[in-house]
Amino acid sequence: MASRAVYVHRDPMLKKRDDFEDILEERRHSSDLRYALKCYTPVLYKGLSPCRASELKSMVLQSDQLQYVINQVSKEMGRTAEEVQAEASTILDEMAHRLQISTVRFFAFTLSKIFKTLFRSICVNEEGIQRLQQAIHEHPVILLPSHRSYMDFLLMSYVLYTYDLSVPVIAAGMDFMGMKIVGEMLRMSGAFFIRRSFGGDKLYWAVFSEYVQIMVKSGFAPVEFFLEGTRSRTAKSLTPKLGLLNIVIDPFLKGEVFDISLVPVSISYERVLEEALYARELLGVPKPKESTSGLFKARKVLSEDYGSIHIYFGQPVSVRALAEGKVNRCQFNLTPRHIPRKPGEEIQSFVNDLAYRLVRSQEENMVLTPWVLLAFLLLQNQAVGNERGMSLDELTEQAAWVRDLSRQFGAFLHWPDQLPPSKVVSSSLSLHRGLVRISDGRVQLALGQEMPHSAMTSEEELLNRAVIILSCASYRNQALHLFIRPALLAVAIQAASSNKKQEVYNSFSFLWNMFSNEFILCPGAAVQDFEEACYLLVKSGALQISQQEILVSGRGHRTLAFLANILDPFLEGYQMVCRFLYEATEGLTEKQFVPAVRKFIIKHLLTGRLRYAEVLSSDLQKNALAALLRLGAVQKLKGGEEQGALKVNKVIVNSLEDTLGGKLPTQKALVARL
Amino acid sequence: CKHRSHISKYIFVVSWYMIFNLTELLLFHRQEIMKWNGWGYNDSKFIYNKNGQAEFTGKRYRLSGMIIPGLRDWMESTFGATVQHKTPATPVLNTSAVQPPTLNEAFVEGIKSTGIPFSHDPEDRVFRSHGHCLHEIFPLREGKVGRVPDMVVWPKCHNDVVKTVELACKHNVCLIPFGGGTSVSSALECPPEETRSIVSLDTSQMNRVLWIDEKNLTAHVEAGIIGQDLERLLNESGYCTGHEPDSMEFSSLGGWVATRASGMKKNIYGNIEDLVVHIKMVTPRGVIEKSCQGPRMSTGPDVHHFILGSEGTLGVVTEVTMKIRPVPEYQKYGSVVFPNFEQGVACLREVARQRCAPASIRLMDNEQFQFGHALKPQVSSIFTSFLDGLKKFYITKFKGFDPSRLCVATLLFEGDREKVLQHEKQVYDIAAKFGGLAAGEDNGQRGYMLTFVIAYLRDLGMDYFVIGESFETSVPWDRVLDICRNVKARIVQECKDRGVQFQPLSTCRVTQTYDAGACVYFYFAFNYRGLSDPLHVYAQVEHAAREEILANGGSLSHHHGVGKLRKEWMRETVSDVGLGMLKSVKDYVDPNNIFGNRNLL
Repeated sequence: MASRAVYVHRDPMLKKRDDFEDILEERRHSSDLRYALKCYTPVLYKGLSPCRASELKSMVLQSDQLQYVINQVSKEMGRTAEEVQAEASTILDEMAHRLQISTVRFFAFTLSKIFKTLFRSICVNEEGIQRLQQAIHEHPVILLPSHRSYMDFLLMSYVLYTYDLSVPVIAAGMDFMGMKIVGEMLRMSGAFFIRRSFGGDKLYWAVFSEYVQIMVKSGFAPVEFFLEGTRSRTAKSLTPKLGLLNIVIDPFLKGEVFDISLVPVSISYERVLEEALYARELLGVPKPKESTSGLFKARKVLSEDYGSIHIYFGQPVSVRALAEGKVNRCQFNLTPRHIPRKPGEEIQSFVNDLAYRLVRSQEENMVLTPWVLLAFLLLQNQAVGNERGMSLDELTEQAAWVRDLSRQFGAFLHWPDQLPPSKVVSSSLSLHRGLVRISDGRVQLALGQEMPHSAMTSEEELLNRAVIILSCASYRNQALHLFIRPALLAVAIQAASSNKKQEVYNSFSFLWNMFSNEFILCPGAAVQDFEEACYLLVKSGALQISQQEILVSGRGHRTLAFLANILDPFLEGYQMVCRFLYEATEGLTEKQFVPAVRKFIIKHLLTGRLRYAEVLSSDLQKNALAALLRLGAVQKLKGGEEQGALKVNKVIVNSLEDTLGGKLPTQKALVARL
Repeated sequence: CKHRSHISKYIFVVSWYMIFNLTELLLFHRQEIMKWNGWGYNDSKFIYNKNGQAEFTGKRYRLSGMIIPGLRDWMESTFGATVQHKTPATPVLNTSAVQPPTLNEAFVEGIKSTGIPFSHDPEDRVFRSHGHCLHEIFPLREGKVGRVPDMVVWPKCHNDVVKTVELACKHNVCLIPFGGGTSVSSALECPPEETRSIVSLDTSQMNRVLWIDEKNLTAHVEAGIIGQDLERLLNESGYCTGHEPDSMEFSSLGGWVATRASGMKKNIYGNIEDLVVHIKMVTPRGVIEKSCQGPRMSTGPDVHHFILGSEGTLGVVTEVTMKIRPVPEYQKYGSVVFPNFEQGVACLREVARQRCAPASIRLMDNEQFQFGHALKPQVSSIFTSFLDGLKKFYITKFKGFDPSRLCVATLLFEGDREKVLQHEKQVYDIAAKFGGLAAGEDNGQRGYMLTFVIAYLRDLGMDYFVIGESFETSVPWDRVLDICRNVKARIVQECKDRGVQFQPLSTCRVTQTYDAGACVYFYFAFNYRGLSDPLHVYAQVEHAAREEILANGGSLSHHHGVGKLRKEWMRETVSDVGLGMLKSVKDYVDPNNIFGNRNLL
């Protein structure tokens, strides 16, 4: 129970963060060509066994690990070892990068030109760069940037080149390979390509993991990949994928390297290039296949202003230090280390904790712009049905209030304090003029009802509005990590049947559990999160907490209302998914789920019974389904004709819906069953 | 006598003892010729002479009386240990610092009536209160003395031991067997919680070779004999055991059996467990021995293996029958330089795979190579130094070896001349495949010398704020490189984390090869200037290093034993059931814990 938990509070206000330097500044004043041709002598790993990219391939193919799997596969499939070896070689050819410095220089030149047009500045924390340089010298380094845009990995390599650090090798999705020339260019700048899914393919997995591990062990170059697996379309961090993380820390666990440094990198965009694309994708317009010609069509983006980018290189995390006392490395003593085996429970839970920790540290170091805070206010205002929007003064006053609150919660806020708040607000609004409309000194989201289009169906009109709302929500989402724990507590206080701490915790724990696919909530850390939320809200003066009770203070109501509002769209969305599943016909499959639930929600939205167009987000719908599957309210049938069919436990789904809607108290029985 | 002529060629260490009287180490009061708070003989030590150059005193060793010009620079550059910062040891034991003995009168009376010599002189007791772990020697240098045995007895034969053990059981005193006193596992430390009278049973007077059986090539020897004496006595008859642990100048046969010792030349002669044919041990339950000397038996678990490695917890080994071999006709040192440690390990692995290891093969890492280099005595002729310069030029410039990465393997071949030369060629051919260059006999010989003087060097270090020690492990071949890298790095990191102000020396060598793995030996030392509790820091780092060894698939010990220093890891090492088995043997053999040194379990 919460009160018994030992939780050391860290005051988020005290978190020291580094200063930034704009690397485009110098590019605007000196020759890009000279920059691209500069003398480039990065610091190398001290234990580096030097080898060229081409030599990696034979090292992989000759490794004990791969040879073992080749023999195994050849026995199982009744094929000759040579055939399997040849297949492994083909896989490797498809996968391998061909990092060469000339291509890096080419990119350095081209990207300089592009970045200068697109962005006002690219700000990097130099101390982070220094720490990284040190880390690269000491141990193999894994770079773990957040993933919000295709730009991310180009940017990373660009920044590292600029600071004379080794450019990384990057795990990229196979989809880039479709772009013929670009794919090859990326390969030569250090990208290696992996298939999106290769679940059962033992050989593929072996080639892949050995390839990555050889690069890690030899210190060939920093290895970069995205913990979130794919670009987050919502700007919320995604639940981390563990596969690659498992692979890269394996050499440490097996004693093949002394330590590995994991470096979380937070890349925050003031405006994301893919902004509208993402919203459409979430609403069901399929993602266009990456193609070179498509990229050129994207030229029109070049004419727009995308503001600034902040890149924060976090504190390197020592795997050795974190594994101390958590993983018994002796477990590898009794079998040859080249024989592949599934990681045991101890390692799985270690890697899982590690991954969450890293994603949280990415989140914490994301730079938030004032616009992100405005997005909260504009969305909340829109949701209460305020047709006329807010006056600029009102918005400014509220923005200043949210600014102070977020700072108390430890936000890494890039708010120019030297300017008057009204200036800050209006300049933020002007950068995002595609999303907001200002008329007669009043601000609201640009939902397009200005010029009603007779030819548009009401459904099309709804989707158009939703594009704007989801785009705006993607900015709000950048700061969700800051508010999520207090917000869960705020809703829990509303929902709890009394102000007893235990009751509130029960309610909190229910919500926490429900939403742990939606937000980054470390598994098993409900109690810590509760304590953290309590701590933040007490500190900000919203709550008073005694041994037994939680009381809302006078000025706390505004805070709690604001926080609870944040969760509203999600509560409504999850309820709708529950309702849909409750009413769904037998035999619904997972594949059909998203289109069907979308149709169902559109119907309800059109009748005006729902407040939040955001519930149309397929991301939210998928997360809700994943949560229900996890909680056992829905089961996925395996095998037979019903392959992939969803079996719904209507009683649970119904009661979950009621609980989420506040109609039912979070009964102990239900919580216990979950 | 044909053999006699070869004895002088026989391993150089042994040859120097020849000039000394056999009885020297048989003294009751060994402290008269040996240091009471340091290693080895009183007359042999490293000093800085009045010219500020390092010199090794005495006449016993080849290095004795020589100037070692590179040592001082090496000490300064490796540890930052300068002559200005001195920490000299207390020269004489202040006997008033020694607790008065707790005597068991009845036991003393009993011993008196048997005529077995005994003493409760403080110096005798202090000398037998410790081995050579840093935490045992360091306080002695400062004149601090902890719990020491209350009495020393010197039984002269097996029957004396039987009587002593019977008396100990009868009067409930604690017995701690003492052989050569070279333990590095806290095995000789008196348990502080022991309230009974503690009696040190010194085996040094049981030092006779009782018979030599040339038909079966065995010798029956009393277990108190010291290694160098045993070799010398057998050499007189043209034989040797070939068992040469680094401590053989001072360690005893009984001690080897009790710790499962390993000798440098085990590739030819085997380790102690391969060498013993028969063991006699006196326990509180009586005497244990086998009824015959069959070379191998299938008679249930081998009871010798309860004795081997029992570390004085079950009884006293009194007599041992050992295999002997004719003294080899020819002996030759050698060395190979490798461009890096990885290549060197790969070569050793190949040598082991082909089962063609010479009598000894050791691979020193770069730091240890440089260390060995610093111990080069002053060369007398310009010609030699010119040659040295030429060699260095050839290896580093012509062959492109990086002086900060290269490492050296030292070799010792033994046997008849023709075979040795053939064997030598085979090994050098393998080495060449791994980029190894033959680097001459001198380098090889100096490498082995390092082994014998390193313990003396520690005393020099302690005179100048440097503390250090060695520890060892055994590990499968595929883990050798990983364990060497990780343990060395762990030492460096732990020193840094614990506030050591100077870069530590953290070095290793692969010192034995087996079919399935190798023995790795680490040296670790640092300058403790600026630390308030250097011993504690040292202990923490050593503990961490051992944890690292275990995490990397290394064993708890290859030949030093467990003692009290490493017993916290015994359970995970041998499993609950394994530990239970050992406990039940102890409970049966010694229910009243007469052999109460509390080692191992």
